[in-house]
This record gives sequence, C-alpha cells and structure tokens, in this order.
Amino acid sequence: MDLIFSCVLVISIFFKRATGPGLESLVDQTILIITNDGRNIVGVIKGFDQATNIILDESHERVYSTKEGVQQLVLGLYIIRGDNISVVGELDEELYSALDLSNLRAHPLMPVIH
Amino acid sequence: MKIKLTSASYSVRSIKFSFCSNLLAKPRKPSLFLGRGIEIILFFSYFKDLVGREVTVELKNDLAIRGTLHSVDQYLNIKLENTRVVDQDKYPHMLSVRNCFIRGSVVRYVQLPPDGVDIELLHDATRREARGG
Repeated sequence: MDLIFSCVLVISIFFKRATGPGLESLVDQTILIITNDGRNIVGVIKGFDQATNIILDESHERVYSTKEGVQQLVLGLYIIRGDNISVVGELDEELYSALDLSNLRAHPLMPVIH
Repeated sequence: MKIKLTSASYSVRSIKFSFCSNLLAKPRKPSLFLGRGIEIILFFSYFKDLVGREVTVELKNDLAIRGTLHSVDQYLNIKLENTRVVDQDKYPHMLSVRNCFIRGSVVRYVQLPPDGVDIELLHDATRREARGG
C-alpha cells in the first residue's frame, strides 16, 4: 500500500507536469546570462524551453579584465544552449545605467567545474 | 456466452501467464528506481518548505549569491529574489541583478538559515531513503 502510494506520489510530482523553468515572467526583458565558461551575456529573452535553451536578442557580451575597463562585444540574435547556462539574472535598468563600466576592473568569472 | 473450462484451455492460460512473467522477470529492482525518484522529490519538497527564507547559494564557479528563495522546481533550479553577491568587490558582474534564476546543475551548496533546518526530521527522512524507502 505504501509502495503504491509512493509510486503515485513520485509520478504525480515528478512526471505529471514537467514544467520548464519559470522564465515566462522574464520574456521580453533585458537579462544577464552567466554561462558555464564564465561569460556574461546581456540581451532580451525572446523565448526559452524546458531545457533552459534561451533565445536572446540584441545580445552583447561583457568582457571584464583587471587591466582595462569592461568591453562590450555585440553579438546579435543568439540561441544559448541550456546545459551551458548557469545563471539567468533579471537586469535592473536603473542600476545598470548607473554602472561606470569604463572604470570597472574585475577578474573574469571562473568556469564551472563539475 | 458460457465458457467451458476444459483442462486444455486452462493449460493454455497457464502458458500465457508464464510467458508474461518471463518478460517481466528482468533483473531490475523496482525499489531502486522508486528510491531515487523519492529522494529527488524529498529535497524538492524540502526546498518548497523553505520558500521565503534567506539562503546563500554557492555555485560551482565559486560565485556565492545571497537572496530570498522565491521558488524551486523538480530539477532543483532555484529562483532567488533580492539577490546580492556575497563578495561584491570581487564579483561586480552581477551588480545590477536583483532577481535571478539559477540552474540546478551548477549549484554546489545551498547555505540555509540555521533555524530553518529541522535536523532530526531531515535525518530520519534521508535515513529512510538510504534504507530503500
């Protein structure tokens, strides 16, 4: 009986709704993606799926270094594969514009080590 | 329609049954599958109870993000609100981010508030999973 109950529980929670990541609220917003190799990519989410693959429009990469200020490389329309994404952050426009990118010195982010 | 149970038809039925049971008698342990599924939802349910608490998530790229747990899903992807990076001078990359979604596969640790953990309950639950559910 217990077995049947736990069976139903597992199935109902685990399989019933394989809902994707709750990124619906972020569609058409400017977001920052940190990838597994430590890159920062800023863009507008146009779409996503259950594997967290993301379609990013108007994307540009921000390259941080300790020697010069932040570099912005324009990329355009990108699809970023979900297994390469570590963080999706909602970019606050006011805070973003308040940043002084030319004076920002930082080490680039470490890549993800599993 | 009356079905006459002759000895011949009975033996046919028994053959069919043994055929089916051979197919099912593959060396698989249903408790193993069930056990893994249950331990995944154990932590999923545990994190669902922690929604609204302040946690610090340390990622596999050494970034540590502090924020309020907003939601969690079956893959243990975590959504945090009111985020700030723990060492902001070293990691200014996320200065303008206040809400974020963290993929479950990159989480190394989730640091919980000490009063948010009922250690005995967690011990019992995980001990039960380890024993095979």
